Amino acid sequence: MKIGVKVLPRSEVLDSQGRAVEKTLAQHGKTVAACRVGKYVQLEIDAPTQEKALEQAREIASFVLYNPLIETFELEVVK
Amino acid sequence: MSGSKRIGILRFLGTNCDRDVWQAIEAVGLAPEWLWYQDRFEVSRFAALILPGGFSYGDYLRCGALAAKAPVMASVREAASRGVPVLGICNGFQILCDSGLLPGALVRNEGLRFIDQWVELNLVNSCPAFAPQAVAKTPSRLPIAHGEGRFYVEAEGLKELQDQGQIWWTYADNPNGSMANIAGVMNREKNVAGLMPHPERAIFDWMGGDDGRSFFTSLV
Repeated sequence: MKIGVKVLPRSEVLDSQGRAVEKTLAQHGKTVAACRVGKYVQLEIDAPTQEKALEQAREIASFVLYNPLIETFELEVVK
Repeated sequence: MSGSKRIGILRFLGTNCDRDVWQAIEAVGLAPEWLWYQDRFEVSRFAALILPGGFSYGDYLRCGALAAKAPVMASVREAASRGVPVLGICNGFQILCDSGLLPGALVRNEGLRFIDQWVELNLVNSCPAFAPQAVAKTPSRLPIAHGEGRFYVEAEGLKELQDQGQIWWTYADNPNGSMANIAGVMNREKNVAGLMPHPERAIFDWMGGDDGRSFFTSLV
């Protein structure tokens, strides 16, 4: 089962990458209200149920994939 | 160097300031010894541990994150809890933060650029093991070289650092957007310390300055 882990910088942390992308977009007339840059990690997990796979992915994300001080994460089941 | 104190220098894949730290340790008459990232070590053999700078694991995932999970860190954790002085420089500082041994996190510089320059630092609270008040020069001039050196901690965390006297060094002229100009912090017990500037690159006058020397002479 494939589980995607989406990691984004917390809103209270200045996201300098997102700001740079936002500025470049604006220079080309593509103005957006906000832009944040994060990362995406795809895990392939052998588990009997989707719930078990999500549980394992959550444990793995908390172990190393994200730093709660500066980031948040969300899981998604990859179809 | 028999008889002199043994200082453990950690090496992860991608550490690149290890030789410089080795030279600095030898220059002040201490006995350096390599500690490999895959090994555990006997904590009582070392008078202090140093995590040098570099790009451990190529900064993959998040700077310091993968090194923080390396087997050797279990021994570092044990040493820290027993009061052994532990110093993290640049990437070493990032590793100590990500492992939870130091508060806060280091994120990308505000201006996005990798910054390589000399900076002036003010000693805020003295660290008993590394450059204590008695020998530290303040302000000190040390070089920085980092892309992710902006110190961040949430508001309550910052207040705690201030209340507990855990802010070690601050930048006189903030180069990277660090919160409260912070360049280095300590744990509550003050035996674990980390900073972004490189004291090992300022040991002799010919290097451009020798203010970094006191970080190591205090271990003798």
